[in-house]
Amino acid sequence: MENVTIKINGMEVAVPAGSTILEAARYAGIEIPTLCYLKDINEIGACRMCVVEVKGARSLVAACVYPVNPGMEVMTNTPLVRESRKKTLQLLLSNHDRKCLSCVRSGNCELQTLCKELGVEDDGYYDGFKPEYELDTSAAHMVRDNSKCILCRRCVAVCAKIQNIGVIGANERGFRTSIGSAFEMGLGETSCVSCGQCIAVCPVGAIYEKDKTAEVWAAINDPDKFVAVQVAPAVRAALGEEFGYPMGTPVQGQMAAALRRLGFDRVFDTNFSADLTIMEEAHEFVDRVQNGGKLPMITSCSPGWIKYCEHYFPDMTENLSSCKSPQQMFGATLKTYYAQKANIDPKKIVSVSVMPCTAKKFEIGRDDQNAAGVPDVDISITTRELARMIKQAGLDFSKLPEEGFDDPLGEGTGAAVIFGATGGVMEAALRTAVEVLTGKELECVDFTEVRGVEGIKEATYNVAGMDVKVAVASGLGNAKVLLDKVKAGEADYHFIEIMGCPGGCVNGGGQPQVPSRIRNVVDIRAERAKALYALDAGNPVRKSHENESIKKVYAEFFGEPGSHKAHEVLHTSYVKRVINK
Amino acid sequence: MKTLEELNAIKAKMADVVGFRSEEKGAVKSCQYERQVLVCAGTGCTSSGSVKIAAKLEEEIEKAGLKDKVIVIKTGCHGLCALGPVMIVYPEAAFYSNMEIEHVEEIVAEHLVKGNVVTKYLYQETVTDSGIISMHETHFYKKQNRVALRNCGVIDPEQIEEYIARDGYQALYQCLHEKSQKDVVDIIMASGLRGRGGGGFPTGRKWLFAMGGEPGTQKYVCCNADEGDPGAFMDRSVLEGDPHVVLEAMAIAGYVIGANQGYIYVRAEYPIAVQRLEIAIKQAEEYGMLGDNIFGTDFSFRIGLRLGAGAFVCGEETALMTSIEGNRGEPRPRPPFPAVKGLFAAPTILNNVETWANIPQIILRGADWFAGMGTEKSPGTKVFALGGKVNNVGLVEIPMGTTLREIIEEIGGGIPNGKKFKAAQTGGPSGGCIPASNYDVEIDYDNLIAIGSMMGSGGLIVLDEDDCMVDIAKFFLEFTVDESCGKCTPCRVGTRRLLEMLTDITEGRGTLETLDKIRELSQYLKQNSLCALGQTASNPVLSTMKFFEDEYIAHVVDKKCPAGVCKSLFQYAIDEEKCIGCTLCAKNCPVNAISGEKKKAHTIDTTKCIKCGVCASKCKKQAIVKK
Repeated sequence: MENVTIKINGMEVAVPAGSTILEAARYAGIEIPTLCYLKDINEIGACRMCVVEVKGARSLVAACVYPVNPGMEVMTNTPLVRESRKKTLQLLLSNHDRKCLSCVRSGNCELQTLCKELGVEDDGYYDGFKPEYELDTSAAHMVRDNSKCILCRRCVAVCAKIQNIGVIGANERGFRTSIGSAFEMGLGETSCVSCGQCIAVCPVGAIYEKDKTAEVWAAINDPDKFVAVQVAPAVRAALGEEFGYPMGTPVQGQMAAALRRLGFDRVFDTNFSADLTIMEEAHEFVDRVQNGGKLPMITSCSPGWIKYCEHYFPDMTENLSSCKSPQQMFGATLKTYYAQKANIDPKKIVSVSVMPCTAKKFEIGRDDQNAAGVPDVDISITTRELARMIKQAGLDFSKLPEEGFDDPLGEGTGAAVIFGATGGVMEAALRTAVEVLTGKELECVDFTEVRGVEGIKEATYNVAGMDVKVAVASGLGNAKVLLDKVKAGEADYHFIEIMGCPGGCVNGGGQPQVPSRIRNVVDIRAERAKALYALDAGNPVRKSHENESIKKVYAEFFGEPGSHKAHEVLHTSYVKRVINK
Repeated sequence: MKTLEELNAIKAKMADVVGFRSEEKGAVKSCQYERQVLVCAGTGCTSSGSVKIAAKLEEEIEKAGLKDKVIVIKTGCHGLCALGPVMIVYPEAAFYSNMEIEHVEEIVAEHLVKGNVVTKYLYQETVTDSGIISMHETHFYKKQNRVALRNCGVIDPEQIEEYIARDGYQALYQCLHEKSQKDVVDIIMASGLRGRGGGGFPTGRKWLFAMGGEPGTQKYVCCNADEGDPGAFMDRSVLEGDPHVVLEAMAIAGYVIGANQGYIYVRAEYPIAVQRLEIAIKQAEEYGMLGDNIFGTDFSFRIGLRLGAGAFVCGEETALMTSIEGNRGEPRPRPPFPAVKGLFAAPTILNNVETWANIPQIILRGADWFAGMGTEKSPGTKVFALGGKVNNVGLVEIPMGTTLREIIEEIGGGIPNGKKFKAAQTGGPSGGCIPASNYDVEIDYDNLIAIGSMMGSGGLIVLDEDDCMVDIAKFFLEFTVDESCGKCTPCRVGTRRLLEMLTDITEGRGTLETLDKIRELSQYLKQNSLCALGQTASNPVLSTMKFFEDEYIAHVVDKKCPAGVCKSLFQYAIDEEKCIGCTLCAKNCPVNAISGEKKKAHTIDTTKCIKCGVCASKCKKQAIVKK
């Protein structure tokens, strides 16, 4: 692209034409502070943190949205600019619940960081009337606290533009503006799918998951309970960030060690049930293809996606695989097979999951998710909550040894660990389906066509003489595009993988929150996915059907994939929902 | 209708009927009617009963057997709203004011039947010893020059043929058949017309930006009829009185930039304007002035109405377009400007009603004619809604460069009750006040900005010695706080905090530091807000502080409100010398705060007094004073 030359703080910089001042400044090594800006998601120039002086302009301009012109002279660090940014922060603070000590985001709050960096005192300089808001606790997975909201609209943008849901927006106007649902409905009454992307992008403590750590501690401390924990693949790709590791560092061994030290009776791995999912799902797929079942078959691992499908594509719920998600398959197997094997009353088992996801908190309460007559999973916590527990327990994460998971529900293959990245389930399924259908061992298990962070990916594989057309979508906005094509008859896929969050579980709503100044320049999805693909490559077993514990669980308990027993325990059903109910 | 001949045929057919309503030399002296009665049916007169009066007139005329000889026409606003309902009877041009339904029978019997003007009901200034004079010779009208309002009060806005009789759609014909797009934009540029909505951006330049691009590019033409300044009703009057002028002008702009679709964004609170626009659009479509292949050319243009829900911010161009798109009306950052990326991301030009109302005349009479009016940098005329402490409250259109003194003292008829002029507020909540020291400033865009106010869309509110300038600033800021959309931090939180500081001052909690803090925050709002609403929100504060600093000081240092408006800063007291003990005040006090024996001086218990002011208004001896 063509370059234009502009002056920033007196220095000449050549930047691509069409850049914003914010982007141009980065070429000059200047990071302009932002608050509402999220690249490609929320470019609205609302918060005014990023104001700069432009020679000849009538007023300050917002660097995040102001395009550069040849010869433009920009000043990013004048007294006027500094004072203005400080005042913006002071005004935000004047209408912000400043109980920072007890705030879930303390230490990881973008408002707090900016105040510290810009030298803004908590002296109530502009304090005045502050409206009182009730907490919205109506949703299963999260809490909204408008007294902390700074109205940056990042949550609104991600919900509407990325997820194509739009159940939150601005209500009222002016000083009375607040974020909420239409007609002030509680979020739980809307067709919110619980994906938690709003939490992931919130710069402050206005949106947060329903914290269940106290319940987990209580279970651990209850001598009558047998507390078993499972950890989803994507958790190990991001947990390290909470303890200072660079993004994309896999911390599987230390994570297992930490869980053990927290006092869980058994430390298991969702990778086990991811492999189990592949066994069931691959079987279901082959069955649908061979016996004229509903196609395309769509994966059912992501509870955000499932709820989205039920609300927005209710006529397509029959396309969903009947397989429970790996979380639920795990819980179901724990309370049936494992309980029987270890001779433990399922009622005494507390099944805890650690997930990169907030929709999992919703999923555990769904109907038809209680194989042993009790809920498959009792408590689901996010990666962030696990980090909190580790910190509460005083564990020095960096000094923990690398440990393994407990047998037998702790064994997982490389195919399972890539479930956490978009395309991973598809790739894992292909590894098994191809070998099952052809009866031959794959020369290369890497199906690279379905990897990567693009929102929609398509590929065709010739399997045993049949062209299998597959598609992968992540992020519900992309899912909608794909499904609209399917419904319009413009695509004839056989198998589709859909993940609710963009990039898949690595970028789930329960993962460590990444401040915008990093989000805007680093692709979280790609960085975290690298950790999972490294774990896959380093695993001697990379195909689900070669997992020894899986073979054993079928031999000892389920029989064959798709058996009656498997259906009873590992499969579920869906409902048709309407919008905003 | 496809040809000029057809258009001219209608014009000729209507020439006598419409030409009859004029006192100009060479005006038509006879038409098929003996008399025409023009009743104002603008919002002001309608709300004081003019439509009922018109109905009564028609009834009485029928009774008197004059049905074929006298016609009643409901027009748009005549301007002198303070005297409404008004009506004019031609050919005498008798200007009846403060009409009451009870006068109708007498006027019909005397004037319409017998031909004797009922002078007692006329606007008294038109009644002289040597007979009645034309309303155009009165102080209110004498200095006015109605260009944008030329048809308001003259034609029936619900009859397209009346508009055609007044050269309507001739300009559109000329543009389509005799002028290239560049010719038209050159005329508009040369005329020097600037946007009448407040910013004063050169209209021709705006159009130029939206020209060009690939042929067939979707473009839009928008009309901003979201007039929202408190007390302003210029645009409403144009729409109510002459809706076709806006349609014609928009079609011309559509031709210039290559747009086939226009939108008029009009407040839902303007039901009469909306109704007349609906009728006008329907008629224009029936007559082929809107629709496909206008005047037999390949130019097609349609106009849709979009009703605003009443948010002031939707008068800001990007918020207006966001609202038309079906989203919450919030402004978006510029650039990109609408001419590049506007409505539905397509190149768009957006002008306000009054700007549009000038266009056809400029085309027909030429750029030089327009540029010859007004001042060099602000040619033409400007419509003002004159309100507040002035005798002739109403709508006036004056050449740019007219002084404030002329507007208030001559056209406005001065200030009621002999009070002293203190300041005029222009530009509404975005503007500032003009103090008496600038009474002779020539009103144009640049002069007003130079003295810290702005033209705005044309609200002009006159303040006298009884007005407290801190309270005035607070009034406008309350409006802005209420109307802020809440998108950007400065406007959402900053204006609210500024208002709280002003409230502190009016309630006696302000200090000199408060004044510094106000100045600081006001400057911040100007520099940092996303759109003009926030950027200009502090103007009323800054300008009153600049010109009336002593009043602010009196509030914060002496804790006194010199004008006696801020209730927390005064007490009512009874002057013992003046009080005659009539007990009227005590009887009327709603909280029984006044006591005293009959025929003896009374006293007010200030702990009970709620400062409603009833006592002072009832006292016949002016014995109740503010202290």
